[in-house]
Formats: sequence, structure tokens, C-alpha cells
Amino acid sequence: MTEAPEKVTPAAGGATPAGALIDPIPVAPPRSQWRAVWQQFKTHRGALLGGIIFLLIVLAVFVGPMVWPYDATYIDIRARNQGPSFSHPLGTDQLGRDTLARMMAGGQTSVAVGITAMLLALFLGSLVGVVAGYFKRLDGPLMRLTDLFLALPLLPLLLVMVLLFRDTLNAAFGPETGIFILIVCAIGVTSWMPTARIVRGDVLALKEREFVLAARSIGTRNTMMILRHVLPNVLSPIMVSATLGIANAIITESALSFLGLGFPPDFPTWGRLLFDATDYLQQYPERVFWPGLAISLTVLSVNYLGDGLRDALDPRIRGR
Amino acid sequence: MLTFTVRRLVLAVPALLFISLVIFLLLELAPGDPMAQVPLTVPPEVKEKMREALGLGQPVHIRFVKWLVQFFWIEPQVLIDNLFGTGFAEGKLRVLSWQTRSPVMDIVVQRMPQTLWVVGMSYIVGVLIALPIGIYSAYRQYSIFDQVGTFISMIGFSVPTFFTGVLLIVIFSVNLGWFPSIYDTTHKVTDWASLVQQLRQMAMPVFVLALYNAAQISRFMRASMLDNLNQDYVRTARAKGLGEKAVVLVHVLRNSMIPVVTVIALGAPQVFGGAIITEQVFKVNGLGQLLIGAIEANDLPMVQTLTFIFALLIVLFNIIADVLYGILDPRIRYD
Repeated sequence: MTEAPEKVTPAAGGATPAGALIDPIPVAPPRSQWRAVWQQFKTHRGALLGGIIFLLIVLAVFVGPMVWPYDATYIDIRARNQGPSFSHPLGTDQLGRDTLARMMAGGQTSVAVGITAMLLALFLGSLVGVVAGYFKRLDGPLMRLTDLFLALPLLPLLLVMVLLFRDTLNAAFGPETGIFILIVCAIGVTSWMPTARIVRGDVLALKEREFVLAARSIGTRNTMMILRHVLPNVLSPIMVSATLGIANAIITESALSFLGLGFPPDFPTWGRLLFDATDYLQQYPERVFWPGLAISLTVLSVNYLGDGLRDALDPRIRGR
Repeated sequence: MLTFTVRRLVLAVPALLFISLVIFLLLELAPGDPMAQVPLTVPPEVKEKMREALGLGQPVHIRFVKWLVQFFWIEPQVLIDNLFGTGFAEGKLRVLSWQTRSPVMDIVVQRMPQTLWVVGMSYIVGVLIALPIGIYSAYRQYSIFDQVGTFISMIGFSVPTFFTGVLLIVIFSVNLGWFPSIYDTTHKVTDWASLVQQLRQMAMPVFVLALYNAAQISRFMRASMLDNLNQDYVRTARAKGLGEKAVVLVHVLRNSMIPVVTVIALGAPQVFGGAIITEQVFKVNGLGQLLIGAIEANDLPMVQTLTFIFALLIVLFNIIADVLYGILDPRIRYD
């Protein structure tokens, strides 16, 4: 990632007596690593499309409510159970709330939960992975811990955790922030293991490389070694885990909400909207469609993004 | 190989004990009181007696050891009694559910067939779909079949089961009326018509889970085949004049199956976890629904036992996967 000069110009003037000693001038500027990654990423059409769609969804969900006139909690009981119309493109629900506004509000929560939980899982996973790979003494215990976490039945445990701590956290932070913290922590704490394993493997290989030896020989301390030499080099598996982590967190949050153990009813998320819509499955089957489509599209686009990133960041594939 | 298996099995014991302790302590933190539903007119001393009857009077560690003894010592005896008609477990205290006051394992045994039928069937169907798709899309990489297959498996991988399930109910139950939306557990297969009815009510949950499993396994199958198709031994096999069928389906397939078999083994216990949602959507009263019901009713012995059974399955299938890997791949030597 060193900044390469755009063009190498020979020293001007008569400093060199003859042209023979001048280095050949590179015709094309050297490609930086990230530009090469971007070149490879662009060729993966699904990934590019996935990235664009994910950005669009995030934009729509966060900017949309500022533009859209209806509030997600505004109840218009006379306009309840309406089909799609010009003022309510996706119709209204059983209390006359605008479905589009609720979809955007729900998306905000779902995407926010997804990204925050992913960041937490990524932080925990990278921490455990780097520490286990770098410090030999901690490797055994930390990896046994990872194995133990992998052996835990996660969905049942998540359900139990939500049930147990919901009331305590609700009392401490209010019903919305409390359940947000709870769900983010629960998902983060139960999904860091794959990242930790991958990062540990990469760190173990990196540790034997010459540049690490060189850095050590000039007296680099462990903290600086990890921050400056190890972490930048394990960035690519971490980034791939990040995309998969968002997808996983969004699905888990929706699953919890769908089982009725997630966010409270007046606080929409996509999973909650889907759960509420199943009560009206006989009369208004179209209502389950929109939240389900939103979840699926987001997860699909993020998964494609992850696929493309994995290819783009893999130097063995990038050269071809 | 035998010493490796024995060592893994022995090492699994402390891991399982630790997991059961973690689950127990987590449940111990539960703020919910099992006496919350008892009317306020019941005097406190009677409530205290009821708590003791549930086994809540003793300190934590004694209750944990009691649960361990009940689960690991008394329940196997009950199993032996039921199998051989002996009387080892007579009069001994089993793990009791707080909801029904009946032994937890009896309820688990009642619910097991539904889960095994629906979930087990869907896993088998999923594997049977996934393998040919994975093989063919790897063999014809970047062909239309491959593109479509990869796209469908990506969709199956990304769309959550609670959406596909509900969508299928909307299409096939509400609009077309082909399949029932609720799984009827009391239905008994006696003749041809009732067998058809059974198959009809199994169709949708099996399809939903099979799609999800097939998506994951076919991705692994395709990747594993692609890894092997470019190997030197494949060129050698072709060069010595072997037919394309023998090259792909014998040489390449056998080598590609090694990682896939372990993935299939590792996925088997996760099916029980993922099936919680599908069972909830189609109202199959299997193990997953039992767990949800127990969590909602604050039935801690039931939750503890069920979660531990799931953990037991995961650990067991992990060992099976490792052993299978060692048996199938002669390059792997554990000793």
C-alpha cells in the first residue's frame, strides 16, 4: 500500500554524462493493491450489483423516512387494511399505518442491528484470532474456548438469552435501546467464532514471514507489531467475514423477531413485520411479501458482495 | 484411528460437562419465577412448599449435580428398563418438566418422531438434490446450468426459512389449496389414502428445509469438484483413455466427496437448530416447538435438557466428522 509515484522522470540536466546510466522509464504507473482489488471486483457482475443494491437499500432506509410524509407510528384508523394506492404504495396495515413507512423504519432497525452486531462479532473474532495466533501460550486455551462456543446450540441459547435479560435491560435503558443492546450483544457474542478461526490461521502463517522477523530485529514491540504489520495483512479475511456477518446478523435478528422474542410490537423491524403479517395470512397474504422480500434481497446482495470481495482479495485469483 | 476416536470421545466428556454447566448457570440467572402464575391468594408458606416441591429449595451446585445424576445416570437406566423390561430405575427421581410434571425425556421421546420424519427427510432430500447439482455445475463451469444453479443456491442460502415457509403457505395453501398449512401430528398412516395425506402435509416443510440444506451443500460440492477437476491425476486418467464418465464419477467424485461428507455430518445437528423456525411456521410439534414452548413457559428443566441434547448432538457429529475425514482421506493421519 505504499504510494507509488505516478511517473518516474529522469534527472533533468547534465547530471548524468550519458544516457546509458538512466533507468528505463516505466510506461504504466505501478498499480496499487487496492486498485487491483477494485479491477478484479468490477469483473464480478453479481458482486457489483449486490454492492449497489445493498447501498441503495441502506440509502432508502435511512434517507427515505425524511422524504416520505407518513410516520411509521402514525395511526389512521379510517384508512386501515387498504390495498396499494397512490398515497400508500404498499397499502396500510390493520391500524391504518402506512406499510412503506413501516418498512423503512423496520429496515433502519434491521440494518443497524446487522451492522452493529457484525462490528461486535468482528472485533471479538479478530481479537481472539490475533491473540491466539500471535501469542503461543494463549493459543491452546483460546482455541478450546472457540471450539466450546462452536459446540453450543446457538439459536436455543439466543432465545434463552433474550428471554432472560430482556426485562433487566428494558428497565435499565428503556424498552427500545434495551432490546437493541441485548440483541446486538447476543448476536455478536454468538457469531465471532468463524472469524477468529480464519484470522488465527492467517496470523500463524504471517508470523513466520521475513518482514515480521525484520520488524522484530529493529526492536518493534508486540503492540506495534500487531497494529502495524499483522492487522493490515489479515484485513482481507476480516472484510469477507464482515459481509457474511451482516447477512448472518440480519437473518438472526429477523428469526428472533419472527419467533416473537425480538423487538416489541410497536417497534417495527423486518422480522417483526413478517411475524405480524402472518396473523393476516388468510385475508391479506400480500403483506408477508414485502418484509420477506426486503430481508431476502438485503441478505442476497450482501452475500454476493462477500463472494466478489473474496475473489477480489484473493491474490491467487486476482492475477488471472 | 481407534485410539484417536477413543481420545476424542474421552475429551468430549469434560467439554460436555462444561457446556451443561454454562447452560445451567445461564438459566440460573433467569429472573422469571416459576411461581409467577400462582394466584396471589395462595399464602407465602404454601408457595415456599411449592418451590421446594419443584426442587428449587437447594443451593445451585447441589441442583446442578442432581440434574447431572438424573440426566446421565437415571435416564439411561430408564432407557434400559424400557428396552429390556428390567427395573433399575424404579422409584428414582427423573428430570421432571415444570409445565406437565411428567419426565422430560418421555416428552422428548413423544416429540422425536415428528422431528425425525420432517427434518431428517428434508436433510436426506436436500443432500440428494445437492450432490448432482454440485457435480454437474462444476463439470460445466460457467455454463448456463452452472450460472442458474449457483444463482438458485445463492437464493436458497440467503432467503430465510421463515420467509420461504410463509411464502409457500400463501401460494400453495391459501391460494391454490393443494397442501395443508398445518402439520397434523395425530394423523396415522393406515392405508394408501392416509399415506398420500401424510406426504401432502410433509411436502411443504420438507421442501423448505431441503432447499436451504441443498443450497449450502451444493456450494460445497461444486467448490470441492472444481478443486479436483484441475488436478494432474484427472489429466492422467483422461490420457490413459478412461471414459469421461469414469473420470468424473469415479476418480474426481470420490476425491471430492471427502470434504463434502464431513460437511454433511457437521450440518446434521444444525438441522435441529434451524428446524426450530420451520417447525414453528408449519406448526409441526417436534423438538423445536417443544423448546420454544418451554422457553415461553419458563420451564427451566425442559429448556436445560433440550439445549443440552442439542449440544450433545453437535459434539457427537463433530467427532463423527473428524473420524470420517480420517477414514476417507488416507493422507490424514491423526496418530
